[in-house]
Amino acid sequence: WTYEIETWWIFQISLPTYKTDPSVRFSSCTPKVCIVGSGPAGFYTAQHLLKTHQNVHVDIYERLPVPFGLVRFGVAPDHPEVKNVINTFTQTAKHSRCRFYGNVNVGKDVSVGELKQAYHAVVLSYGAEGNRSMGVPGEGLAGVYSAKDFVGWYNGHPSCRELNPDLNCETAVILGQGNVALDVARVLLSPIDILKKTDITQPALEALVRSQIRRVLIVGRRGPVQVACTIKELREMVNLPGTKSEMVEADFDGVTEALKDLPRPRKRLTELLLKTALDTPGDKEQQRRHQASRTWGFRFFRSPSEVLADADGNKTVGIRLAVTRLEGSGEGARAVLTGEVEDVTCGLVISSIGYKSHPIDPSVPFDTRRAVIPNTMGRSMFPSGLYCSGWLKTGPTGVIATTMNNSFDTARSLVEDMESEALDLSSVKTGSEVISALLEERGVKSVSFSDWEKIDSVEMSRGEASGKPREKILTVEEMIQVART
Amino acid sequence: MSLVAALRRLAHVRTPAVGAWLTAQRTFTARTLPLRSNNKVTVHFINRDGDKITAKGAPGDTLLDVVLNEDLDFDGFGACEGTLACSTCHLIFEDEVFKKLGPVTDEEMDMLDLAYGLTDTSRLGCQICLSKSLDGMVARVPESVTDIRQSKDESA
Repeated sequence: WTYEIETWWIFQISLPTYKTDPSVRFSSCTPKVCIVGSGPAGFYTAQHLLKTHQNVHVDIYERLPVPFGLVRFGVAPDHPEVKNVINTFTQTAKHSRCRFYGNVNVGKDVSVGELKQAYHAVVLSYGAEGNRSMGVPGEGLAGVYSAKDFVGWYNGHPSCRELNPDLNCETAVILGQGNVALDVARVLLSPIDILKKTDITQPALEALVRSQIRRVLIVGRRGPVQVACTIKELREMVNLPGTKSEMVEADFDGVTEALKDLPRPRKRLTELLLKTALDTPGDKEQQRRHQASRTWGFRFFRSPSEVLADADGNKTVGIRLAVTRLEGSGEGARAVLTGEVEDVTCGLVISSIGYKSHPIDPSVPFDTRRAVIPNTMGRSMFPSGLYCSGWLKTGPTGVIATTMNNSFDTARSLVEDMESEALDLSSVKTGSEVISALLEERGVKSVSFSDWEKIDSVEMSRGEASGKPREKILTVEEMIQVART
Repeated sequence: MSLVAALRRLAHVRTPAVGAWLTAQRTFTARTLPLRSNNKVTVHFINRDGDKITAKGAPGDTLLDVVLNEDLDFDGFGACEGTLACSTCHLIFEDEVFKKLGPVTDEEMDMLDLAYGLTDTSRLGCQICLSKSLDGMVARVPESVTDIRQSKDESA
């Protein structure tokens, strides 16, 4: 048997290492992949591709001049630690085999078809820029906003700059009870002293200084056991300085009994909710509540049925809520209308019932019901060479870490396809060369990652002047102007 | 997270610190570099393939520090850089080790609650500080690093 081992070694030395180097095996060209969208999905897909394939080149296209998607425009200003992922994305963008092209609108400046011709594979990771509508009368009234737009407004998304929400009313009603709803409630009620040290935009800060809102109701169709937010965000509301909670005790009937059957995460969340809603406060807490000038509360078993307008029919003065009851229990419980309604006076209605993806290009298959690209493990059904990651792949739920995993999965599928020849790597693709030429012909000037760093630097130094981590630039024009310096 | 650890992490990552400087500091610990190797604490990680990877850290280092300093390649580990804003540094311990790890704050528990594959002996690696009494400890990296903060209601 010694002889066999010796020949095995000779065998290994004399053959090329085709098993470990796919590019040698297929005598193929440098694989070129382009990714559309530079939020967490785009960057985590790129990161995993670059790590697991030693020859692939990745180009990331982004519609705005600035990268990072919802990390920049979605994460609440008072959650800066969640934005730490920007550090790892920056490393990826600066990888020698990665290039960032900002200010390029795929679907308008260049088509998906043109990208497919220029690259071996295209990964769509442009997320969900739309929102689910409530589908009720009065939804178009002044004073009604989607949470997506409201969050975009206080986070400086250029398309939300003109939102100018009217905060001159006492009560705001938020539909939906997920973490985005709680972010909105918290920003509406946070002491200005806290907000003014964050990267919230200056116009939003000024609007909040003038805001008359003293009461925020966070409304959901189902009950306390079904609430979609998580405990960290609930705890932040409970502990929000200057505020006290106000809930309806009857909403919590039967909840204490249901506790024992709940898994630990849901149990802890429900316990905190019960304590907040039902406990008799001790002296210290009594005093704190007495001094609180703002209130917030969950309202359960209510579903929006109409937004009510003033006499002129222009402005929101209230919302009509249909009363529901639960059928079933636990996660699967369904809300059923009872026929009763309840009117709530309010001047601001924010619907936080979900984001929604849009189709980018008629050549890309799109499931309009679920608002995702039909896929298996990130591979689009057809044509080949098209992949998706992030919310566009699985629907608009989950946190950054969820998207990270989702994107790693897509990258794994792509690398598998490269190595198994499911993806044709036999023809040379010119990638960004041909796309850059097309863009130039069309008068589109892309923004590089080092251009973004100029924007980044300007934002940070402007923020320093006012004790903020950054003062975001609010228009695409100014972003490009800074990028060109 | 100590200031020294935060700075060391920034140096390791070699990028401009965009949001990290705002990261709340917990306690400031003065960490002295060990002069002799027997000041180090040995940690064994079991990775997702079941392989045992041995690493060393200094007393006061967190398990996340060890993973980063030793360049241990766990996909997606420590996404929020130790600021209790995710659950991707989720690790599972044996009972005897778990008991020695000390109390869990509500803040850590809140994030741990969202970890995939949560067990009774789970902790977040960014909150566990090494000490000599933990020398030789084993920490298992669980199957996936997905946070479970997903809405169940996916219907249109």
